[in-house]
Amino acid sequence: MFKVWKPGFLTTIQDLGRTGFQKDGFIVSGAIDPFSLRIANILVGNSEQEAGLEITLQGPTLSVEEDTVIAITGGDLTPMIQNNPLPMWRPIFVPKGSLIEWGGCKTGCRAYLSVAGGLSVPKVLGSKSTYLRAGIGGFEGRGIKKGDTLFIEEKPEHPLLSVFDKDYADFSTVSWQASPPYDFANKKTKTVRVLPGVHYSQFTNESLDAFFQESFQVHTQSDRMGYRLHGPLLERRQKDEILSEAVTLGTVQVPADGNPVILLADRQTTGGYPRIAQVISVDISVVAQTKPGEQLHFKAVTWGEAESLYVDRQIDVHSIKSSTYEKLRQV
Amino acid sequence: MNDSPLQGNSFQIFPVSETAAMVQFYNESREQTHVKVRTLSLVLDQSPFVGMIEYVPGFTSLTVYYDPFMLRKNKDKDISTFEMVKELLEDKMKQGETLSLPVNKLVRIPVVYGGEYGPDLKEVADYNHLTENDVIQKHSDVTYLVYMIGFAPGFPYLGGMDQDIAAPRKQTPRTSVPAGSVGIAGSQTGVYSLTTPGGWQIIGRTSKPLFQLKEENPSLLQMGDYVQFYPISAEEYESGKGDFVDV
Repeated sequence: MFKVWKPGFLTTIQDLGRTGFQKDGFIVSGAIDPFSLRIANILVGNSEQEAGLEITLQGPTLSVEEDTVIAITGGDLTPMIQNNPLPMWRPIFVPKGSLIEWGGCKTGCRAYLSVAGGLSVPKVLGSKSTYLRAGIGGFEGRGIKKGDTLFIEEKPEHPLLSVFDKDYADFSTVSWQASPPYDFANKKTKTVRVLPGVHYSQFTNESLDAFFQESFQVHTQSDRMGYRLHGPLLERRQKDEILSEAVTLGTVQVPADGNPVILLADRQTTGGYPRIAQVISVDISVVAQTKPGEQLHFKAVTWGEAESLYVDRQIDVHSIKSSTYEKLRQV
Repeated sequence: MNDSPLQGNSFQIFPVSETAAMVQFYNESREQTHVKVRTLSLVLDQSPFVGMIEYVPGFTSLTVYYDPFMLRKNKDKDISTFEMVKELLEDKMKQGETLSLPVNKLVRIPVVYGGEYGPDLKEVADYNHLTENDVIQKHSDVTYLVYMIGFAPGFPYLGGMDQDIAAPRKQTPRTSVPAGSVGIAGSQTGVYSLTTPGGWQIIGRTSKPLFQLKEENPSLLQMGDYVQFYPISAEEYESGKGDFVDV
């Protein structure tokens, strides 16, 4: 159990999303950087699909109300206990009575905190993810607030609980860590790989050239629904109406004003704007960890490359899982 | 992409991402196309393929989401997962040729028109040189077809509105439109299922929720259903609020 003393900028409960109900108009939601959440879950022995906290830019102050094991992945928002930095990408034993606080945003912009057993909130349409606009799922359909109590699912004792020195004042951890499956370094401009969008060939040649040659700045009005970009204005040659059809994670659509938007976890199920490009699955996390104000640069890849990258990433996650379980068995 | 006998004249299948493929239907009336979208949806409901996650119907298309990792397991690696999915979907299209669709259901939706519930009713009437009562009558006289659900939980894209009551969107969108608001945007009408910002002309409001958090039946309306609106009083609206359980 955790108690919330400060909520942070935006802290929501997310799992890997509410799939199966898009045809009924329910958006997928879920972790905007799914790979970081999956690894946080693996590190504490959870199913990859379990719900954790998605922490945006400024983290929440949480008091730990029972001995438990957590893992923090994603962007480095400087998690700490008693001013001692908490290591990321590792399981950490945190004793009852400790207080988890966060400094500033060092790399990325979203951290994931998983707890052994998972957070206990009711599943709504098969998922614990928070759908903010509809007030559905997660913790009462909203971000956490001061005074909330977050319960942990009942679970058999975690192997790490028995070995850590529980008298240790702050926390204890292991000597190994998972390596992030993608690059978190704060580069000046991040490269995002894309496939041609459904309406790619309907854009002017000038727009297509500019799309790949120039970079785009992430606008401050970017959120879990989509990242608004500012850069060269993009123009579609034909102006005929596009009938509403499915849009997906990473779709780059271009509304009438010519500024592209990358659709993310809280995107609508369907849309009618022209779509110039499609961010490949493995680079969704790169977008999700880009702060407003930072720059993105698009790079074209082939369908074959995108598929290989997808499959390789799944294999990477599986190998992190098997080596973590191997380590935990040795405990 | 020209190797299928079914291709060219009626549909095309192309990749949307490395985890999604779209079936786009062509060359038929919107109603005929809609029947094809419904048929393929029904086939996928009855016999989803291994690795399929879900599908989303559009006006003239259907998009299928899948997990390439699942599809690749124990499969010949010379062929891309999109090619696998394309073949599977072509099979599903063939299965659909012998399928008969269930009869569409009719859902009647009570609406309190005008006043505080429909602040733009007068604007829509004035724009079309009609009285407010004309707009109400024309809006509630027709039977609408639900082409698809999208945008928000249970939000129906309806076809069949009388073009005499068409009206452009508001110049400045409202920052908050209450759930249940019935609106007109251009030649379309619809019902806001959530309280959201929006630019539609709001002519009324219904107390009937468009969605519920039940896995069997989360959306009041399904693609292919028919909808009729009927006018009620503000008092009936206030007393009629409640959850939809079944239809």
